[in-house]
Amino acid sequence: MLLQRKPELTYTDVTSKEVYFNRRKFLQAMGIAGATAFAGKNLLDLVSPPRNVYAAAKFTNLVKSPFSTTEKPNTFEDVTHYNNFYEFGIDKTAPAKNAQKFRTSPWSVSVEGEVKTKRKFTMDEILKLAPLEERIYRHRCVEGWSIVVPWIGFSFSAIANLVQPTEKAKYVAFESLYDPSQMPEAKYGGLAFPYVEGLRLDEAMNPLTLLCVGMYGDSLPNQDGAPVRMVIPWKYGFKGIKSIVKIKFVAKEPPTTWNLANSHEYGFYSNVNPNVDHPRWSQAKERRLGEILRRNTLMFNGYQDQVASLYTGMDLKKNY
Amino acid sequence: MPSFLANKWTKVPVFFLCLVPLGILVWSALTANLGANPVEFIQHATGDWTLRFLVFTLCITPLRKLLKLPDLIRFRRMLGLFAFFYACLHFLTYLGPDQSFDLAAIWKDVAKRPFITVGFAAFVLLIPLAITSTAGWIRRLGGRRWRMLHRAIYISAICGVIHYYWLVKSAVLRPLTYAAIVAVLLLWRLGDWLIRRGRTIAAAPKTQRASANG
Repeated sequence: MLLQRKPELTYTDVTSKEVYFNRRKFLQAMGIAGATAFAGKNLLDLVSPPRNVYAAAKFTNLVKSPFSTTEKPNTFEDVTHYNNFYEFGIDKTAPAKNAQKFRTSPWSVSVEGEVKTKRKFTMDEILKLAPLEERIYRHRCVEGWSIVVPWIGFSFSAIANLVQPTEKAKYVAFESLYDPSQMPEAKYGGLAFPYVEGLRLDEAMNPLTLLCVGMYGDSLPNQDGAPVRMVIPWKYGFKGIKSIVKIKFVAKEPPTTWNLANSHEYGFYSNVNPNVDHPRWSQAKERRLGEILRRNTLMFNGYQDQVASLYTGMDLKKNY
Repeated sequence: MPSFLANKWTKVPVFFLCLVPLGILVWSALTANLGANPVEFIQHATGDWTLRFLVFTLCITPLRKLLKLPDLIRFRRMLGLFAFFYACLHFLTYLGPDQSFDLAAIWKDVAKRPFITVGFAAFVLLIPLAITSTAGWIRRLGGRRWRMLHRAIYISAICGVIHYYWLVKSAVLRPLTYAAIVAVLLLWRLGDWLIRRGRTIAAAPKTQRASANG
């Protein structure tokens, strides 16, 4: 399924961020037509929309992925201004502000542990490891909201196959960069940093598991986990560790940040599951950003066909 | 200052000041500035302002006594009713966008989730206080019973803070700040009560002695 796109038909043309962006404003304006008459600036925006700054997509010739959903992606604005990235502050809008000056270049990722060839990859090397794909995934946060994001990257298995895990490797441990001088807000997050995450090896090798280097046709914005992050679409968003500096193949289940903070509420697996509630709130429904009413949450976030077999015979209530 | 507080027109600007948070919310909604999750934004804003107005209301008595400004009492009812007003808006966003007015689901949620239960309790406790906030009700209940009833605001404020604390995932600094403020305001009352009780006890033997002598 390698569909090469004509260069002139880039992502921007297909999903038309500008249209979404303005469509939303337009709908909001429709509902409050009378009042909008007073909001002169808003009305002006409708007549002459502000120029879109993401017009030039950095990545071209992206491979289209059969794993992509046909659901409508959220706006770039929403996905970049509603972030949980506690290193840069606890408010959803904080990372967009506080991560502006985050230095993501030079960057390297050390791959180590139970592998035949330990290696340090520069960002340039990572970008050339495998053909970059665009994957439009549903993304469900443990807090009960969801988005649809056109990520860019390739299956994590590509990097794993390169370093060749030994038979001892049963899990993969990930670690984020933690630089207190660049992340002064981190101390208010109530979490121990650096942020660490982990997957069972078979979960990591599942083709859905994405080593992600971009979104919306361009590299990752800082607040979304630049320059490289994980996206595991059938798990709650916090499993998708951001700004990765270390990947270690290990024999034992590695510690994970939210589990360390509250093991009763956040398990190692953290699969999206409408039937297993968070101790404090229901996980049966979610609010898709851009919508008012909640919609039903799907088992494994709708990726049941691809991943349910990973958990056969497991009690998902116990292994939350 | 005291004469300013006693002026019958002072309540008017205070009333409009109390409406400013709502005004900002409405304006932000009209100009599409509520962020990516407008429902959550409104929920958090109205929840925050409920807690703040509860705190403002609880501040009146200590400030009145500490600053010797008895006229501050004139604003207590208004602040309390605004706490209830923002609590109603907060509750409505839960009923509508969160639960789609599905009463069965709401009842299950209230019964099952401690964080909802205590928030709901905080809200329900405010209802009788709002109803009996009028001068007519003070007369009907009698000052002593009315004051007893209106101490329910202490429980409501405590429940409100717990509701907030149980909502956050790990960043507990803000709910703990509210907890500290409410704790100070309630402990001041406890201290004040103990001092007054001490005085009455100290005064009591004198009267006894006086009557014995007489």
